[in-house]
Amino acid sequence: MAEAEEFRIPIGPQHPALKEPESFSVALKGEKILGVDVRLGYNHRGIEKACEERTYIQDIYLVERICGICSHVHSTCFIQGVEEIAGLQVPKRALYIRSLVGELERVHSHLLWLGVAGHEIGFDTLLMYSWRDRETVMDILTVLTGNRVNYGINTLGGVRRDITPEQAKDALTGIDKLEERTKYYIELATHETTIINRLSGVGVLSKEEATRLGALGPTGRASGITQDVRKDDPYAAYAELDFKVISDNHNDVYGRTIVRMLELLESYKMIRQILNNLPAGPISVRAPRRIPAGEVLSRYEAPRGECVHYIKANGTDKPERVKFRAPTLANVQAVKYMLRDRYLADLPIVIAAIDPCFSCTDRMVEIDDLDSGERQVLDWGTLHRYSIDWYKKQGIDFAKMGARQK
Amino acid sequence: MKAEENIQKELENKFNYLIGKVRIQRVRRLWLEIDYDKFRTVFEFSINQLGFSLLCAITGLDDGEKLGLIYHLANPNGTVLNIKTSVPMNNPVVKTVTDLFPAAEVYEREMADLLGAKIEGLEPGFRYPLTDDWPTDQFPLRKSWKMPEEQKGAI
Repeated sequence: MAEAEEFRIPIGPQHPALKEPESFSVALKGEKILGVDVRLGYNHRGIEKACEERTYIQDIYLVERICGICSHVHSTCFIQGVEEIAGLQVPKRALYIRSLVGELERVHSHLLWLGVAGHEIGFDTLLMYSWRDRETVMDILTVLTGNRVNYGINTLGGVRRDITPEQAKDALTGIDKLEERTKYYIELATHETTIINRLSGVGVLSKEEATRLGALGPTGRASGITQDVRKDDPYAAYAELDFKVISDNHNDVYGRTIVRMLELLESYKMIRQILNNLPAGPISVRAPRRIPAGEVLSRYEAPRGECVHYIKANGTDKPERVKFRAPTLANVQAVKYMLRDRYLADLPIVIAAIDPCFSCTDRMVEIDDLDSGERQVLDWGTLHRYSIDWYKKQGIDFAKMGARQK
Repeated sequence: MKAEENIQKELENKFNYLIGKVRIQRVRRLWLEIDYDKFRTVFEFSINQLGFSLLCAITGLDDGEKLGLIYHLANPNGTVLNIKTSVPMNNPVVKTVTDLFPAAEVYEREMADLLGAKIEGLEPGFRYPLTDDWPTDQFPLRKSWKMPEEQKGAI
């Protein structure tokens, strides 16, 4: 048999599986991946520049829209930085509510991920089940904040909505139900051989490589890294909450699944602690419109890993400079490493396992001739004709086959 | 604040030009500012000897005559060391740190695209985050850059 040829396929930027654009240019030999180039930036909207031109209050709502899933992540990360510069003492009750919404958001994100992971490995029943269950947490978030996403709960100096005892009671009932379902998923993931065999040994990332490449969040923790900003650099109410940092030593997609499922149980534990022991008192303090000059680095443990905001204030009501670093950006290098020398068939789940998204080939093929360095772009029509000619050379003529069928 | 003071002391003991330059902002937050020619030495020392094994981000700043750079390093105990330095804006050449942190690639490309930094030693690759047809002399995060009239109100 002739040796497999080397070629490159572009995947993206349109992603029918998840609504996020990014583009992967995959170099292949046969079905083995030689290397991956990642093109990001399709979603760049100039939010950092836009923040410089808006007031801090306006910026809260703008940064909340950096991400649809991690909306509370960004607004909290931003606001706690601004509060630090302004020297505001945020009431305890507000900090607890921020952590509560943060953990509910993590639950919705991890359950969403579980469904996507199920879908990527052809286990759509899991997608249907987990997304149905996810509606429970979406309902809790809607009752507490008024929205399924983009909660608008944060404001400078505290939060905008209080929680009534009735709401807390309803939320706790929902959490009981979610915990029962999550335990079922853990049972499923640890006993169902189809899942174990499909995910084990896929997207391998050793602890050394994870450290070198700077892998964050569940991706890093599934490779034995025990870092979690909630524990190491506590913010909001986390210093007072009892929870474990989940890590695992499988170093693969299976490990990343286990980490996320066990993290859900820790989130339920924290949500119960908050709702049962919500400190009494006000939910916000009065904040100045002008923020004194200063700079801070604010960190937050998002569902996908550490989120970082740098904020520089200049004494006016608008920031001098803001810089956001979301976790996926840090995990891109790890993805490139995990895919090398692996099979193309594993690409969707490996990429999905850091929790961004993927899928779809462009209707165009770019061929790099590695020897001559020549580049050739084939459009859809040329490719179509090429395939017809190729089959003709093999003695197969589709035109004649069609005629025979008549 | 014991751990923070120890880090401060170790830096000052090793580099006498850092005496009085390491600022403890609060628990788990340290800042220091140095000239760019001394940056790499202090940066490597912080990583290899002080255990700051994670690069959280690199921030680029338009400081008028200078292009400000902040390397945000973190250690496993949650402490962040922010190393500030700068290069002249009329010749903003910055050496890559991807040999130490491969993940820095996107942060450096971002500084090149948005602030016009010239990153030395970065392997060829896709630009980030601006589009392929974005003019190569337009750097949106510079203070002098204003959004074109026809695009105002887009976001």
